[in-house]
Amino acid sequence: MLKKVLICLHGNDVAPRFDLTTEVFIASVGPENRIEDEKSVVLPRASAEELCHMILTGDIQTVICCGIEEEYYQYLTWKRIHVFDSVIGSCDRILDAFTQGTLQSGAILFDPI
Amino acid sequence: MKDPQNPDNPPACIAGLFDHPLALPSFLDEIPLGLAVLNENRQIVLLNRTLEGLSGYSRQEAKGIPCTYILRSNACLENCPALSMQDSADAVCTEANIINRDRQKIPVRITFSVIRDVTGHTVGYLEAVEDIRLLRALNGKECHAYAFGQIIGRSPQMERIYRILPVIAQSDSSVLITGETGTGKDFLAEAIHQGSQRGKDPFIKVNCGALPETLLESELFGHQKGAFTGAVENKPGRFRIAHNGTLYLTEIGDLPLALQVKLLTFLDDKIVFPLGGTKGFQVNVRVIAATHRNLGQMVREGHFREDLLFRLNVVRLHLPPVRERGDDIRLLLDHFLRSYLTRLKKPIKGFSGKALRLLLDFTYPGNVRELRNIVEYAVNICEEDQILLKHLPAYLTDPEARDWDREAKTEPQTLWSPEPQSVIPQKDWASAERTMIMDAMLKARGRRTKAAEILGWGRSTLWRKMKHYGLADTISLKGSENA
Repeated sequence: MLKKVLICLHGNDVAPRFDLTTEVFIASVGPENRIEDEKSVVLPRASAEELCHMILTGDIQTVICCGIEEEYYQYLTWKRIHVFDSVIGSCDRILDAFTQGTLQSGAILFDPI
Repeated sequence: MKDPQNPDNPPACIAGLFDHPLALPSFLDEIPLGLAVLNENRQIVLLNRTLEGLSGYSRQEAKGIPCTYILRSNACLENCPALSMQDSADAVCTEANIINRDRQKIPVRITFSVIRDVTGHTVGYLEAVEDIRLLRALNGKECHAYAFGQIIGRSPQMERIYRILPVIAQSDSSVLITGETGTGKDFLAEAIHQGSQRGKDPFIKVNCGALPETLLESELFGHQKGAFTGAVENKPGRFRIAHNGTLYLTEIGDLPLALQVKLLTFLDDKIVFPLGGTKGFQVNVRVIAATHRNLGQMVREGHFREDLLFRLNVVRLHLPPVRERGDDIRLLLDHFLRSYLTRLKKPIKGFSGKALRLLLDFTYPGNVRELRNIVEYAVNICEEDQILLKHLPAYLTDPEARDWDREAKTEPQTLWSPEPQSVIPQKDWASAERTMIMDAMLKARGRRTKAAEILGWGRSTLWRKMKHYGLADTISLKGSENA
């Protein structure tokens, strides 16, 4: 069964804040952790409520973001959505870590100076 | 000279002020304002301790990361001060909010200024972040005549807490907050911190029940590089991040015994020993602890150290459950209704008579949190101009729907209360139902079909409920003994 993962985007990196996200990357991950389908969606405006609604109606199972308020984190986890928060890094590296099963909340996937 | 947090790297220095170069990190740590030194690309070079506490990131973790990912301020995304100031010599000040690693949204005032070298070339930026939660709370104070911080109430019990709270806040003693779940222990701890002389310094919250023992030890006391597999760098720990501020240990009753000893040692000599380290660090931290458990009983059962209880129990505050707060229920209902109407922009005038009566008579086992959730649910569901019975959660009118309540009541002995019996008054549905089943079984002389008829239930319902209350085994056992 395909698992749908949503990454909040800001350029090629994860967006610093869930509530200020204006673009998301959605990938469908197959049983062998292969990306079966992917798309980027530009949101009409930044809104945490509307993004939550989109996640629920879009059958997303996993959300990857950086800063998220407790209220929205609790809401999503209550709705049985797995949230990796405080993740910092580029979308590609985050997706790699996710498909390899090594991604954790708080992961910093930037190369430090 | 080596950085005590990172002995492998030499510390950043300022030369020329004194005979010897000045260690910049420890110098910045003494400033009670969040400070970040950024390079020209707006990547973090250095954070001071106050900003570590505010953001939740240690300086090692933050190093090299663009500041927008560490501060997570709305100003970074909407109007980055560094971009707007260009080469201006003047500092830019803006009010914004940040979301820290603990998922808290904190209003802040950010001042951004350019750092130049001796020749006047821009080499980076200095970002000062001031926590203005206290200011915001003071501005909104007139709106809540019956409130202290975020705690609402005018019952005699709450009035008593309001009277002693400023005195407790100003003292520097350890505080133990007790009260059932949802009574507002976190808000009370924050109000004590904000009202104290440490109000401008970090308020660090740690949930002792949320992490396994080894992780919790590293989280609280920090670790040295190489202390265990995966400890690739030094970590200061929450105690050191909270230096000069307050450390709030919630669910202290869930703290493992081994860590209780370590906490006890800290409370005695105020020195933190990181995991795997030999050198201790002196820190000035006020400890506020909270629990919904009965620590006295835990001490008797050997699950909590008596000496730690005595150390924490310098000042004890007990938050009463909502059902004992009388008129406060109406006040809280109106307060949350007003706040959700504003937030959800609904044209609702209030509660209908029947809905209000039901809400006032309900016992709220989940206390203020449950009351708030009920109001939020009702405001969301209601499409009319008044909240009616049908807009309230089903479990208020149908006790059958409240399965989790009975499950919770099977383990009341660890809940905080001087007498566990007082948590379950006679009118409690679960205990009444249990008595009904016992009576019916006695009348039916142990025959379940007959007992189910007496109760007006199906046989399977009776069986399910007996199993739930733990009566099935007892009665079967007695039945087989009689046979």
